[in-house]
Amino acid sequence: MDSYIKDRKAEGDEWMPFTGLEESSSLPTGDIYVPLEEWLKSRESLLERNGRLGVALSNTDDPALIKDDLDRLDLVVLEFPKMADGRAFSQARLLRERYGFKGEIRATGDVLYDQLFYMQRCGINGFELRNDQDVSNSLKAFDEMTVTYQPASDEEFPIWRRED
Amino acid sequence: MYQYSEQDHQLLLERVAQFRGQVERRLKGDLSEEEFKHQRLRNGLYLQLHAYMLRVAIPYGLLSSDQMRTLAHIARKYDKGYGHFSTRQNIQYNWPKLEDVPDILDDLAKVEMHAIQTSGNCIRNTTSDPLAGVARDEVEDPRPYCELIRQWSTFHPEFNFLPRKFKIAVSGAIHDRAAVAVHDIGLRLIKNDGGETGFEVLVGGGLGRTPMIGKTIRSFLPKQDMLTYLEAILRVYNQLGRRDNLYKARIKILVHETGEEKFRELVEAEWEKIKTSGLFIRDEDFAWIKGFFKDPEYENLLDQDGNYENLLLSNLDFARWADKNIELHKQSGYRIVYLSLKTAHQPPGDVTADQMDAIADLADKYSLGQIRTTHRQNLVLSDVKLKDLPALWEELAALDLATPNYNHVTDIISCPGLDYCALATARSIPISQAITARFDDYDYVNDLGDVSINISGCINACGHHHVANIGILGVNKKGTEVYQLTLGGSAREDAAIGKIIGPAFEADEIVDAIDKVLSVYLENREDPEETFLTTYRRVGQPLFKERLYG
Repeated sequence: MDSYIKDRKAEGDEWMPFTGLEESSSLPTGDIYVPLEEWLKSRESLLERNGRLGVALSNTDDPALIKDDLDRLDLVVLEFPKMADGRAFSQARLLRERYGFKGEIRATGDVLYDQLFYMQRCGINGFELRNDQDVSNSLKAFDEMTVTYQPASDEEFPIWRRED
Repeated sequence: MYQYSEQDHQLLLERVAQFRGQVERRLKGDLSEEEFKHQRLRNGLYLQLHAYMLRVAIPYGLLSSDQMRTLAHIARKYDKGYGHFSTRQNIQYNWPKLEDVPDILDDLAKVEMHAIQTSGNCIRNTTSDPLAGVARDEVEDPRPYCELIRQWSTFHPEFNFLPRKFKIAVSGAIHDRAAVAVHDIGLRLIKNDGGETGFEVLVGGGLGRTPMIGKTIRSFLPKQDMLTYLEAILRVYNQLGRRDNLYKARIKILVHETGEEKFRELVEAEWEKIKTSGLFIRDEDFAWIKGFFKDPEYENLLDQDGNYENLLLSNLDFARWADKNIELHKQSGYRIVYLSLKTAHQPPGDVTADQMDAIADLADKYSLGQIRTTHRQNLVLSDVKLKDLPALWEELAALDLATPNYNHVTDIISCPGLDYCALATARSIPISQAITARFDDYDYVNDLGDVSINISGCINACGHHHVANIGILGVNKKGTEVYQLTLGGSAREDAAIGKIIGPAFEADEIVDAIDKVLSVYLENREDPEETFLTTYRRVGQPLFKERLYG
C-alpha cells in the first residue's frame, strides 16, 4: 500500500534508503538516499553511479553541511521522530529558502494529517505518511486553510505586503 | 482597535471547521487522545481535574463591548455562568463540553475572537500594557507592534511544534505593567539618542520550576527589525532548545546553558541572514497598522469637575475608590479606571456572565466601548470622563466591582489551584479568600500601600508567586497542603525573583504569617512612603525570619 504523497498527489515511491557502502562490494543501482555520515565519507564514489541521489539528515544536523552539494542531490530526507518534535520544520525552510534546494524535501517519521499543511508551507513536498494514515484522505489536509499570515517557503511576504 | 479583514475572517472560519473535524475524528476514535491532545492544546483546550477548560485569546488584553457580551453569552450557554481572567490577559472557561467547543468557537469567530495558540508548544497570545495608548508614561503605543506579532505568529508553520510554550510580552511605557522580564521574549519600546523608536530585547525570562529574569540580548533594536529578529530568536530556539526533558525545554534554559554571550551571537548570526527578508517592516506597514490604533476623538475638557470634587469630600467610599482605583490619563479631563476583580465573594479574576454584560454596557456608556484585561487579573475602562466618575462608581459598586484595592494587599493573583487544576498540589483560591477576609479594613490596607501577594498551587507557578513582593507556593507534604513563603519578588521594571524565607506553613497558619510579615514592614519602614519592597530590600530577610520563626 502506498503511503506516500509527492507534490500533493498519491505516488509510488522509487527511492530506496541505503547504508553500509563501505562493507558492500558493489555500488547499489537505482535511486538511493544515504545518511549524512555516508554522504560526507563517500561522496565521490556515490556520485560515480547512475541514478539519483538523496541524503537523509537527522533533525539535529545543520543543513549547511550539504549546502554546496545540493545541486547534485535530488532528495533530502528529514525526520519527525515524533509529532511534537518540530526541528525539521526549520531545516526544511533553510534548505528551500536559504540554500535554494529545488529537489524533493521529504518528511519521514510521525507524518500525520494535521501537520501536512505546515510542512508544505516550510517547503516539504514529499510525505512518507505514517502507516496508519489514509493517503487519499490526507490529501485534503493541504487545503484546510487558505489564508496564511507570515512568509515561509511558499510566500515571500507577510499578508500585509502581498498584492492581491 | 484592529478590525478584521475578509481574510482574517476567512482564516477563523477555516480554523473552526478544521477543529470541528479534529473533534469529530476524536469522538469517532480516528484520532488517539495523545494525538488529539496536540491539536486541542493548540486551540486552548485543556483537560482539567473535573472537565475540559477552554482558554480564549484576548490579544494584548483588548476587548470591545460586543466581544465582552459574547464572552458573557458563552459563560451562560456553555459554562456555569462565569469566566476567569488569567494572568496573560486571556479568559478561561472551566466547564465546557468537548462536543460544544466547535460551536463556542463559531460564536467567538463572529466577534473576531478565537482560542488559537492559547496553549500548546507554540507562540502564545502576545500580552501587553493594559494602559497602552492612554498612559502618561508611554514612550509609544505597543498595540500596533503586538498586532503585527499576532499576525506573524498565528499558525507560523515553522514554530508550531517548539520545544515548549513560548510567551512574548511588549511594554511601551517607562513603568512595566506587562511583566516583560518574566516572558520568553520581552520587548520594551524605547527611544535611542537619535529619537528613533526601537526595542530593548529581553530573552529567557520565565517562572515555573526554574524562575529566571530575562537577559537583555540587544539594548536597541530598530522597530523595523522587530519581526526578523523575533524570527531569528525562534529559529535558534526551535533548533537548539532541549527536547529531552520537559522541565528544561523553555528558552530560559537554552540561554542559561548556552551562555548569554554565545546565545546572542547565534541570534545575531541568524538575523544577519534574514534581516532584509519579507518580514522587514516598512514605513507604509507601520502607517497601515497604526491606523487601527489612532487616538479616539477626545473632547477638550478641563481637568477638573465640581461634582467629582464635591463627592470626594462628602462620600468616604467614593474618595477611597477614587484614591485607589483611578489613574491619571494622558488626556486632560479623562481618567483610567480599574475594575477590581478581587473581592471576598469571588475567586480572583472571576467574573459572572451578568457582570460581563453590565461591564460591556458601562464601557459603551462611559468608555468608548472598550475594556482591557490586566496581567494582575483585573479589568480597565481606559477612557472615562472625569465628570462621569461618580455615576460610574455607583454602578460599579452595585456590581461589586469597586473594591478599593488596586495594587494593594488584597489585589491577589491566584492560580485556580486544586479546586480546578490537574497539576495543582494545593488549593489557592481559599487562601486568597482567607487573606482578603483578614485584610478587610480599608485604613490598614491603605497604610500598607503598594504591595503584591501572588499564590500558586504548585511549582509550575501559574500564580506568579516568584515575582510577588510576598509569594505563596502551595505544596503537598505527606498528604497535607502546606504553603511556602517567598519575599522580595517583583514583576515590574525592577523585576526580581523572591527568596524562600523558611519552612512552610500549614493552611491555617499562612494568613497569620502574612500578617507578621506585614507588621515587620510597618515597624521598619523609614516613612509611610517607603513601600514594602523597598523596606524589604533595605533591611533584608533576617528581621522577617525572626518574627516568623523566632
